[in-house]
Amino acid sequence: MMRPLVAVACMALSSVLCAVEPSTLDPAGARRAADLAAQLRCLVCQNQSIAESNAELAVDLRRQIDEQIRAGRSDREITDFMVARYGDFVLYRPPFKLSTLLLWLGPVLLALLALLILGRTVRARRARPVPVPLTTAERDEATRLLENGKSGDRR
Amino acid sequence: MRKFALYLLPLAAFLVLAGFLLRGLSLNPREVPSALINQLAPDFKLARLAQPQETFAPAELKGQVWMLNVWASWCVACRVEHPLLVQLARSKAVPIVGLNYKDTPDAALGWLAQFGDPYLFSVTDRDGRVGIDYGVYGVPETFVIDAKGMIRYKQIGPITEEVWRSRMLPLIEELRRS
Repeated sequence: MMRPLVAVACMALSSVLCAVEPSTLDPAGARRAADLAAQLRCLVCQNQSIAESNAELAVDLRRQIDEQIRAGRSDREITDFMVARYGDFVLYRPPFKLSTLLLWLGPVLLALLALLILGRTVRARRARPVPVPLTTAERDEATRLLENGKSGDRR
Repeated sequence: MRKFALYLLPLAAFLVLAGFLLRGLSLNPREVPSALINQLAPDFKLARLAQPQETFAPAELKGQVWMLNVWASWCVACRVEHPLLVQLARSKAVPIVGLNYKDTPDAALGWLAQFGDPYLFSVTDRDGRVGIDYGVYGVPETFVIDAKGMIRYKQIGPITEEVWRSRMLPLIEELRRS
């Protein structure tokens, strides 16, 4: 009789313990922590940020962020801390540097290329000779030929 | 002639794309290049697993090439790697220090008793803080550290026979010579 009760109590307690992550940050600090966590990629489940992931590493890293904010570190110092350990890969917004040049400038280059092709196409179309309107004599000739063609069909 | 070249353009674009995709097939997105290569191994001072009253710091192994192997009793891939480590220990290929990551001493000691202990000794990183300093995100991971205390290589996931023979052993031999 006792055992099921204890089990239920344990389950209820564990859900409470798991649901609330102890954070003793003031509201502003908590907002900073959440912002930082949302900008950092979780390396275990790579398509989630540290804020979204429930992987143990993500939990640990959120704790790191909390602790560092409490210690008075700046956002920059905290992201530098992460990059020093996990590389640029942890940043959802990669830094602008030589190895990421193509990543950042690629879209601009493609857009320029598209504009270039568009410009050339338009110019080529403009350079095409404009058809000269027919003179009356030519029009009559054309009508005659067309009529002839019709009668030819009838044959 | 120009027209003809224009018709070949889609084919060229396709080939370029196919080339990139083909390369992507053999890349492992889980292997993130370590930011710590050619950096000093982060310092720590941790209790030893078997003798908790004794500690270990990486500086104690200065002057020799060694490996830091991150493992845990809850880690399945560690079991895959373990026989190779035991074999390396038996042949005295390289000193291996274990970093017992987010584990309980009882479970860890039991695991070593069951599968064999290839480590010079293991140190305990119960809350994973040293793991974070080393950029650990998947266990097992192994760091090759040179005589000056610099990290020269990081293996993410189990060391396989092939990786050992083709990459780690040659590197260790080269580091010993220099």
